[in-house]
Parts: sequence; C-alpha cells; structure tokens
Amino acid sequence: MLYKIGTLLMKPGAKLVLLALAIAFPFMASNEYQVYVMASAFVWAIAVYGLNIITGYCGQLNLAHGGFFAIGAYTLGLLTADAGWSFWPAFIAALVMSAVLGFLVGIVSLRLKEHYFAIFTLCVGFIIYLLIDKWEGLTHGAIGVRDIAAPNGFGVVDFTDTTPFYYLVLAFLVFAIWFMGRLSRSLLGRTFLAIRNGDELAQSLGINLMRNKILAFVLSTVYAGMAGALYAGMVRIVGPEEANINHTFDMITYLLVGGIGTLTGPLLGTVGIVWITQSLQFLEEYRMIIFGPLLVLLVIFAPRGISGSFLTWMHHKAQSLAPGKKRKHSKVTADQKAREAESNA
Amino acid sequence: MSLFLQQIMNGLTLGSIYGLVALGLTLVYGILHIPNFAHGALYMVGAFMSYFFMVDLGVHYWVAMAGSAVVVAVLAILCERLVFHPLRHSPPIHDKIAAIGILLFLEAVVQMFWGADFRRMSSPFTGIMNFDGLIIPEQRLLIVVSAFALVVALQLFLRKTMTGATIIAMAQNRDGAFLVGIDSNRVAMMTFAISGALAAVAATLYAPINLVYPAMGHLVIMKAFVIIILGGMGSVPGAIAGGMIIGFAEAFGGFYISTAYKDIIAFGLLVLILSWRPQGLFAKGAH
Amino acid sequence: MLKVEHLTKMFGGLAAVNDVSVTFEAGKINAIIGPNGAGKSTFFNLISGLYQPTSGRILLDGVDVTNMPSDKVARLGVGRTFQTTNLFEQATVLDNLIVGHRLRTRSGLWDVLINSKRLQREEKAARDKAQEALEFVELGHVADQFIADITQEERKRVAFALALATDPKIVLLDEPAAGVNPEETESFAALMRKMVDRGLTVCLIEHKMDMIMNLADKIMVLDHGEKIAEGTPEEIRNNPVVIEAYLGGGDDAAA
Repeated sequence: MLYKIGTLLMKPGAKLVLLALAIAFPFMASNEYQVYVMASAFVWAIAVYGLNIITGYCGQLNLAHGGFFAIGAYTLGLLTADAGWSFWPAFIAALVMSAVLGFLVGIVSLRLKEHYFAIFTLCVGFIIYLLIDKWEGLTHGAIGVRDIAAPNGFGVVDFTDTTPFYYLVLAFLVFAIWFMGRLSRSLLGRTFLAIRNGDELAQSLGINLMRNKILAFVLSTVYAGMAGALYAGMVRIVGPEEANINHTFDMITYLLVGGIGTLTGPLLGTVGIVWITQSLQFLEEYRMIIFGPLLVLLVIFAPRGISGSFLTWMHHKAQSLAPGKKRKHSKVTADQKAREAESNA
Repeated sequence: MSLFLQQIMNGLTLGSIYGLVALGLTLVYGILHIPNFAHGALYMVGAFMSYFFMVDLGVHYWVAMAGSAVVVAVLAILCERLVFHPLRHSPPIHDKIAAIGILLFLEAVVQMFWGADFRRMSSPFTGIMNFDGLIIPEQRLLIVVSAFALVVALQLFLRKTMTGATIIAMAQNRDGAFLVGIDSNRVAMMTFAISGALAAVAATLYAPINLVYPAMGHLVIMKAFVIIILGGMGSVPGAIAGGMIIGFAEAFGGFYISTAYKDIIAFGLLVLILSWRPQGLFAKGAH
Repeated sequence: MLKVEHLTKMFGGLAAVNDVSVTFEAGKINAIIGPNGAGKSTFFNLISGLYQPTSGRILLDGVDVTNMPSDKVARLGVGRTFQTTNLFEQATVLDNLIVGHRLRTRSGLWDVLINSKRLQREEKAARDKAQEALEFVELGHVADQFIADITQEERKRVAFALALATDPKIVLLDEPAAGVNPEETESFAALMRKMVDRGLTVCLIEHKMDMIMNLADKIMVLDHGEKIAEGTPEEIRNNPVVIEAYLGGGDDAAA
C-alpha cells in the first residue's frame, strides 16, 4: 500500500500536481499572511538549493552561505535605494556580484580540505557580517537599507502586492529546481558527486578538482544571491542580521531534514520547517531546542533526510518485488557493515 | 609609552583567554579530528553556570568557577558519548553538522532560562593597580596569572602522568595507540572533559570584564579556530603562541588602527595565511 | 610503456621513495612487493600524480608526466584503484560508474542548461562505457543494486570497473585482493589476466605472495623506499637480499 503511494509520488505527473497545488495556493490560503509566509519559504528554498549544490552534491560544508544571501540582498538594496536603479538591472547586478565574490572566495577557500574549508567559510561568513555591520559609509551599518524597490510590474500586475510577488518567486523556484534536476542527472552533476566521494578518487578519474569545485561553489553563491535579492525585493528593508550565521544554520537544518544531496529535499525541508515554526509560535524563539538535537539525530540515524530515506526505501521495495532478482544478504560481514557506516553519505 | 604598555597588558589578557579556549579545541582536534564547532557554546555555558552559581546560589567566585568547570566538563563528556562517538566512522561532514546541532541546542536552552539580554558578572577582584602610570585592573592580572598557571598545570599533566602521556600518544597516532592497548574511549572522554573545563574557566575569568549573553561564544570560537590553524591543528604550544599572536594583534590593531574593525583582524589574518599556505602555518608532513 | 628514472620523494627529512628506477613493459603484469612502510603506495601516488616527486622523472610512452597533476595523468591513460574506495552508497552500481568516462567528455554548464546534443551523446557514451566495464568485471547482474547492498568482493570489482571506465592504457591496482578469501583471490587473478589479454598494462601492489608468484611477469621489491630487487618471480624467490629484507623486517611478509 505504502509502496503504491510511493510509486505514484515518483511518477513524473506528481511534479505537475505539486506545481498545480503551488499555483492554486493563494486561492486556498485563508489570508494574505499565509501567502506571504509561503513566498518567503520559497525564497529560502532557492537558497537551500544553492547550499545543496556545494554541500549536498559536492560535499563541501559551506558556512558562508548566509553571507552570500546577504550580499545578494544588499547589492539589490543599495543599488535601488541609494543608486536609484530599478529592480531588474539591480537584480542582475546582484547575481553578478554574488558570482564574482563567490569566485574570489572559492579560489582561496577551495584549495583547503574538509575541516579547513568549513572553518574558513565560517570566518568568511563572519567577515561579511562584520563588513555590513561596520562599513556605515556603504551599508548604513545597523540602520540597514530602507526603501528598496519592488520588482517593476507590468499592466495590472503589481509586485508590491503579495500574491503577484508569490507567483514571481514561484517562477524563480521552479526554474531553480528545474535546473537543479537537469544538473543532478548530467555528467556535470555526477562529476560533483565524484568529488564528494573523495578528492583523490575524483582526481584519479581525471576530474579537475579546482575547476569543478569552483563551478559548484559559484553556482551555489548565485543561488544564494538570487534568493537574497528576491528577499530584499519582498521585505523592502534589510539589515546586518541578514548575514547572521544563524541563517546559515537554519538552511543547513532545512537541507538535512529534507534530504541532503537529493532533488526534492531542499523544498520539502524548507517549506515543512517554515510552516511548522510558523504554526507553533512558541517555537519561533526556542525552535533550536528541538532542531539542534534533531540535526544530531539525523546525521546519526538518517543522514539522507526525508527524501533520501524515502528513495532508499523505495529502491529496496522495488528490488524485493522484482522477480528473480532476489539477493542473499548472508554474505554481509561485520567488516562490510563497518565500511557501510564509514561511507554512508 | 604607558599607552603602549597598556596595550601589551591588553594583548596579554586577550591572548590568555583565547589561548585557553584554543587549547581545548586543539586537544579535541588532535585526538579525535573533530573541529568542534560547539566549543564556543561550551564556553558560553561556562560563563552562565558561573553566573548562576554566584548570583542565584550566592557562592564565592572561585567556587563558582570550579562548579562551572565541573558542569561543563560533564557536558563535554556527554557530547562525546552521545554525539561524536556514534559518528566516529561517518563522513567528515556529519560530525561538523552534529557539532552545529549541539551549538544551536545549548544556545537555545540558555536563552530559554536567562533570555537574550546582556548581563554583568561581578568578581571580587575589582581593584586597580597603578604601577607608575601603568594601570592594571586586578581582574586582568588574574586572567594572565591564572592562564599561565593552567597552562603549566596542563603541561605537567600531559608530560608527567600516565593519562596525560596516553593523550599525547593518541594525538600523535590514533591507530597506533589503539594497537598498544590504549583505551581510546577513556582518552576521548578525558580530552573532552579537559577542553570543557578549560573553556568554562576561561569564560569565568573573562566574564567580569566583558558581558555574559547567549551569543558570546560565536566570536570566541571563530577566533579560536583561527588560532589553532595558525598554530597547527592539534598542537598545544601552537595554541598558546597563536592565542598570544591574535591577542596582541587585536589589542594593538584595535588601538592604533580601528576599534570598529578590530574583530576583522583575526579573520583577515586567517585569509592571508590560508591563501599563502593552505595547510596552515605550522603544519607538518604531506598530509 | 612506463619508465621511471631515479624517482625520489622526501617527506620532511625522510625519503619515502629513494632513487627508484624501473621500467614497466606494455601488456605485462608488473607487481610491487615489500614490507609495510616500504613506500609502495607512495610510489603509486607519485606515478598517478597525487604527489609531486622531489626529484627524478616519470615517462609514459615517452611523454614526461613527472610534474603533471593527477587529473591530467589520468587523461593520458593511467587508471588506478585505492585500498579503500568511497562510493555513493545510496546510488546504483551503474550510476556510480558513469562518471568514470567523464574525462573523455567535454560537456560543461552550458550544455546542461540547453541540454545540448553533445551532452546527450556523451551521456550515452559514458553510460555504455560503464555498462561495458561492469560486464568486463562480471558484475552485469548487480548494475541496479545500491552500492550499500553489494558484497565486499563486489565492491572491489566495482572499483576495478571504475578505473577501467576511464579507458586507461595502464592500471595501477593498490592491494586488489586484500580482505578477500582465497577462492575470490583466484578470480581476481583471472580478472587481471583478462585485462592484460585486452591489451592493458597492469601494475599492482600486493601482499599475497602465492598470488603474485603465479601471476606476475615481473616483480619489483621495495624496502625502506629503495628498490632492492627486480626480476621474474623465480629470480625474486631466490634472491638473498629479498629474503633478508623479509625475514629482517618481516611482520607481514609471508601473508
């Protein structure tokens, strides 16, 4: 029974149903606030997809992701509020800015292995926060940037309204997921996965580590910058708090819960957790009392999150149902179990 | 001239605190190869425990410090047993995420009990000593002297006792240590306990001249990471030397360059060093 | 085929590989043996470009590859396996192998964005290559299994297949038969002969003496980073220096 539902979910049509639900959502929502919450969940989901590229597929824990989100938000904010640009040119500039800075940070940080990379990006994220907070001449410091332009509408569509903006964000999210899907199935996506399996192995397969890691990193910062710019266009006021490390931690939580290294995980995790925290107001402040231990439990018991566990379960179900393909598991030795634990990703 | 000496004193104070925090971090890294992102949260909990013991239970500063050290040491052991031990064979990204989970949890719990407000912690050492124009608050002197004493004690422990020697052996060669029959679980717990206690003592020493609040560990842990990268991850003397380098760089940079940007100095230094030497400043060997 | 001249690698003040010269002939099985810590794996890492040598030269079919990064060396036709191979556990065997042919393809980000003809063609080629390599190691029947669900011995074969999917001229195998039972060891030996029959050059590090003596065309013995002997299995078996090294340093020698 469950398996049948599972196969339905894996059919291509399930995507279209999901999309139809997303399009219908503003009509089903009981008030505008719910539409607003959903739009902001979508914005974060875009950023989490970016994190999934570098951390989920490529295996490099990037703790500066929130910083790049803030860079996108501030680039758009400052260009529209202070320099008088209109939204779309500033939006493009925000993407370019996050790509260029991502490239520069990537060149230095991606030469570093594992722990060093995580620590380095943690510091980069903090440098971004400090610069935004202290460089008052450019960023207005703690006051933040006000009067940020909304996207230019056309005809009767006005993006200062919540619902049109919701559809705009949805369009970007659909594009983000579509590209991600294509990437993950392509040779390029497989190249990123090979890097996650190990630097030395990837190199022995003729993969240029630096070039591919930088590409993955820049893609991820562009996703973050895009999300940040959309966020700025939605809330119209940004402050140094956008660069707070806690945003990065939030995104890691969304990614882990939904399923790191999976295609649906970032959407599932982000939308799910955003709604849970919204509906349980007391959680807003103390949510980490639950999500902190949840992160620990996930990496110990279900490191591939909801989506990954589901896919694994489906695979095993399909294998056991397929006639003549049954395999004995009696050969599994203790040694192999240990290895499994070792390389479970 | 006395302003210059003043900065030296400030550098020494900062360096002592950073050194103590970095010491715990570097020991854990050396033994278990875990970059413990939750170490800053242990530091923060240490400050709050001392605050709790002093304000709510009314005990003396020293007693509070000892109590806090014990509580945080136990907490650190729990982290090792419940979280890092089960993850010892997992891909390296997992223990980092788990450490972040611990960090988020501890901060949320502390915030639930004490709120996000900044608090002041008192200390019996409020006097100020004046050496011919050089003004030294007693608390700062206390920090430097205590840090020095702790480092000496730790060195004696590591060099002269059996347990200490085991820790050193395991830091140098985990598999080898395992082969010669060292109980790696005990060593891991011991190391975590020491690192937790050091963090709690450092926090209690520093809190009276700083503030106590749930996010107080963020900056400290990041600087501690910079320090152990500077000094070589896993190296005890490196952590102390690195702590002093960052402490002095901040004291002088903050005074002669810019107070607003003094926190960036450490991170700027890190970016420079790692751009130049991806393995860190004093890394040994090819790996 | 592969010519190594006066190869030296220093770590700190220690020579892990010291002035080793050797030639591996095409279409032969070449074995490297020696006690633990003799520098065998380091030697492989030098040839495959993971480490840069302190001095000496490495020539592959006359091309100097001495200071080439390892991804370039791989593209020139040096495939290798490691003692342990981390694969994506929750993906199928075939999915794990497709990337093996990546180095013979050129599609980039733009191809992904527009789903270009070239990308489609190359992805098909990579999939075919993976399937072919899998058939070669006789694992066609587990193509759709998750890596997590196959046996230890099958994992080792998958690692072989991954190296083979890169279309190498020479394969470096680091302890291919470690941790497998005698029966399976024999099937690995057969697999290596099959590789050579297909025109590959095989070079392996191994501790299982019985296997080496029956399999190798030529053996090089390393001890403390230095080449102490080289020759046919028969010559090595009777070489007093080798016997001395094994008996003298010998913890794992006769395994």
